Amino acid sequence: MQQPRRTFLVRAGQLGLAGMAAASGLLSRLVNAEETRPAFTATSIPDAWKALGVSDAKQSTDIAFKAPDIAENGAVVPVEIESKLPNTRSITLLVEKNPHAMSASFTFPEGTEPFISTRVKVAETSLIHALVKTDAGNFYTTKLVKVTLGGCGG
Amino acid sequence: MTDPMRVRATMMGDKVEVKVLMSHVMETGQRKDNDGNIVPARYIVNVGASCNGRVVLSADWGPSISKNPYLAFRFKGAAKGDKVTITWSDTAGESRSDEVTIL
Repeated sequence: MQQPRRTFLVRAGQLGLAGMAAASGLLSRLVNAEETRPAFTATSIPDAWKALGVSDAKQSTDIAFKAPDIAENGAVVPVEIESKLPNTRSITLLVEKNPHAMSASFTFPEGTEPFISTRVKVAETSLIHALVKTDAGNFYTTKLVKVTLGGCGG
Repeated sequence: MTDPMRVRATMMGDKVEVKVLMSHVMETGQRKDNDGNIVPARYIVNVGASCNGRVVLSADWGPSISKNPYLAFRFKGAAKGDKVTITWSDTAGESRSDEVTIL
């Protein structure tokens, strides 16, 4: 009885290793190999926060977030964010359902308004987060953007 | 070779409003071409703006900024006739700067 059990365990171990190798191979193909900045490789918002050194952020109504409710083209979604929080240092945009959540981060030196307007890609209907770093801590707000036609015509 | 940006900087009261349209593929590295080959990633990672030798905006971008990126921002402490310089650099090591006079 001893022998078959051992071969079974060895086989199982080999299978497990092979499975892991296949999975990691697949992952490395999906994840962009050139990107080395930790926040930009995060696949979820909590992971991106961690990489940005943000442990907690309060939801705030003092961040004005303009984006369409329904985006006909997910490849070009206009977003406009303005922070009314004092001493805003940076605004970071994160798209929850994108392969990599973090989209961009903008840093405002003294004299620059905590305002940004740009266009982002949204893979599918998703919440977009605007994370604002201030001297008094971190704050965020979200906006749901429905994507009717994704980048792949879905 | 990179194409020039279209930059416009206008005084709005005591603020300068800057609008930038860059010319860049912003390729994510996840898209496939018609033959099923993955199109290699190439996107802008850093954007900077300066005026009178002072940095007025810096940004870190990922691949999910739309193709031919648009960017608008506002800053104080400059006057008509001053120059604003916008610079970007991408994952291929290419970079580009364009300068415009504040109107």
